[in-house]
Amino acid sequence: MPTTQENWNPGKAVDRHPEATYEEKERLFLEVKNDTRYEDFLYGCYECGICVSACPSARFYDFSPRVIAQAMAREDVERIYDIITEDIWNCAQCFSCVRCPRQNNPGGLVTILREVSLKNGLQESKDALQGYSRVIYKVMLKGNQVSPDMLQPDFFPDWGPWVQNFTQNMHVWRKAIPMDSIRGLTDVAWRTDRKTLLELYTIWFESGNMDIIKELDESLYDLLTDVMNEELEEG
Amino acid sequence: MTELTTVEQILERKSHPVVRDASIAPTDDMHERLLELEAKGEIVLQRIKGDYVEFPTKYGRMKKIPIEHTWHHKSCGHCGHIPGYASSILWLHRQFNLDYHDPTDQTSCTGWNYYASAASNAVGQAAVMSRNFAAAYETGYFPLIHCGTSFGHYKEIREQLVHHKDLRDDVRRILDKMGKPLVIPEEIVHYSEWVYAMRDRFKERQLVDMSAITATVHPACHYYKIVAEDAIYDPEIYGGQRTAVVTALLEKLGVNVADYSTWFDCCGFGFRHVLVQRDFTRSYAVLRKIETMINEANPDLTVTHDTGCVTTLDKSQFAAKAHDRKVGVPVLSDAQVAALAMGAHPFRVVQFHWHSTDWRPFLTKLGIDWQKYWDEFQGDLDQIRAGTKSGITWQDADTPIKLQSN
Repeated sequence: MPTTQENWNPGKAVDRHPEATYEEKERLFLEVKNDTRYEDFLYGCYECGICVSACPSARFYDFSPRVIAQAMAREDVERIYDIITEDIWNCAQCFSCVRCPRQNNPGGLVTILREVSLKNGLQESKDALQGYSRVIYKVMLKGNQVSPDMLQPDFFPDWGPWVQNFTQNMHVWRKAIPMDSIRGLTDVAWRTDRKTLLELYTIWFESGNMDIIKELDESLYDLLTDVMNEELEEG
Repeated sequence: MTELTTVEQILERKSHPVVRDASIAPTDDMHERLLELEAKGEIVLQRIKGDYVEFPTKYGRMKKIPIEHTWHHKSCGHCGHIPGYASSILWLHRQFNLDYHDPTDQTSCTGWNYYASAASNAVGQAAVMSRNFAAAYETGYFPLIHCGTSFGHYKEIREQLVHHKDLRDDVRRILDKMGKPLVIPEEIVHYSEWVYAMRDRFKERQLVDMSAITATVHPACHYYKIVAEDAIYDPEIYGGQRTAVVTALLEKLGVNVADYSTWFDCCGFGFRHVLVQRDFTRSYAVLRKIETMINEANPDLTVTHDTGCVTTLDKSQFAAKAHDRKVGVPVLSDAQVAALAMGAHPFRVVQFHWHSTDWRPFLTKLGIDWQKYWDEFQGDLDQIRAGTKSGITWQDADTPIKLQSN
């Protein structure tokens, strides 16, 4: 495979991150480029800016899906490293950008960039996901992304007095729901069979998902593997 | 020499409904690819059993929507934080005695986490989807997806599975360990498409007059932007320029649907943002959506069809009051509005108490004495607290409320 350094690359970004070598930045980009989905998500860029006009993050952050598509199409390794360390966590993943007339999927490119960032343990991604580990723990172990008991006033002060009222009444409110699969449950969103959870744990181990968690947060990895292995051994 | 198009010509062209022709669709027909894979023995293609209705999608292809025998793929956000959303969907099924299955062998699609953290990968996500679909197939019921993100995520994963043999092989290897086949349903169906298909039957059983209500619609991004061709469009709704679900239901129920300029904008959910970086979520939801709706349409209600959108648009309004922003629009899902129209109990079924933006003026405007039903519900809670009642059941919730005008 030709290296990207050999490519014609006008307007190449300056090296804003000398702490990483060019070779390291190129290795990360090639990992992105070699993802199965890369060619489905990038076809070129007219620079029309339709993606930017639709992008919510572009309104509130220094963020541009057009720049991402452009940098990827030009294989601008330095710019892509800027994006992977500074921009990717601003994306709202709404996929408004897929109205692209070239059928690009900048949101999808961000997904791949995020995955590569996590797999390689980039500190910027660990910082962006600080405080998020409890959600990963919940979804991987319980099979639900959120649960009623996550609605605590300390975490959601901006949701107002409703949260306080909710926490005082959570147990009785949960019993006052007519669906059998939900009624009474506070630590999960719905009731999930044990066999189903064991199958979910099998997926996490067999898909390589746990390797990503290990890079992201070693203590979370240890906790998850301990619990899941114990459950799987019990069968 | 070609002449320039005049503004009048553009306006005239846009005044006609868009007519879609499937024969010139710009994308491949996924159904044909699925049939090819089934013929090669690569996948099990689950077909809809029983009644279904067909509707045109964005490029004019027809999509089958099953009416019953559905496997309810629940949503984390509904069941965890807005349970009246999920219970309204099932209540509507029960009103028509439609056969459904509420499974406990379903996991989250885990898409919310994936879009928030990327702490997974393509194989893991495809295996989670395929395990759920195999579980539905084992029961004989057809998946009906409650969550907009699950719906969009699964459609994207279906594309990846169809186009990448190595991904299919990886997923099959994992499913083999569970003794499950690689199943893909012939359609991936969102519950709001079922609501759309049922809207005439809801109208026949409507008890609450909604003609005094003005509502705005927020179409959910992951419903119609991800694999855009698979969303339902109708020439009679916005001339076929926007997805027809939600809006068609409201119009059928007599609600005055008001337009606003930022309808295409997302709600600001952001997946990661709503959980750990809500300054973005709050700002976007209020400044780009709620305040724009108020300025341009002054609605009594805004209606959407996804988990994150209801949560974001509803819960973001409180903090904005401190900045004197224009807020105060209650937020419901289409299923909750349909259930309310048919006389669902506001608290036992629709569960208004899980919504934080003040919904009382809306119920009052509908002529529903919310205090009376709240007192009734408090009686339920007192019994639960006293241990004389274990909880609310469908037996308590199935019967429509008796309005004074009925």
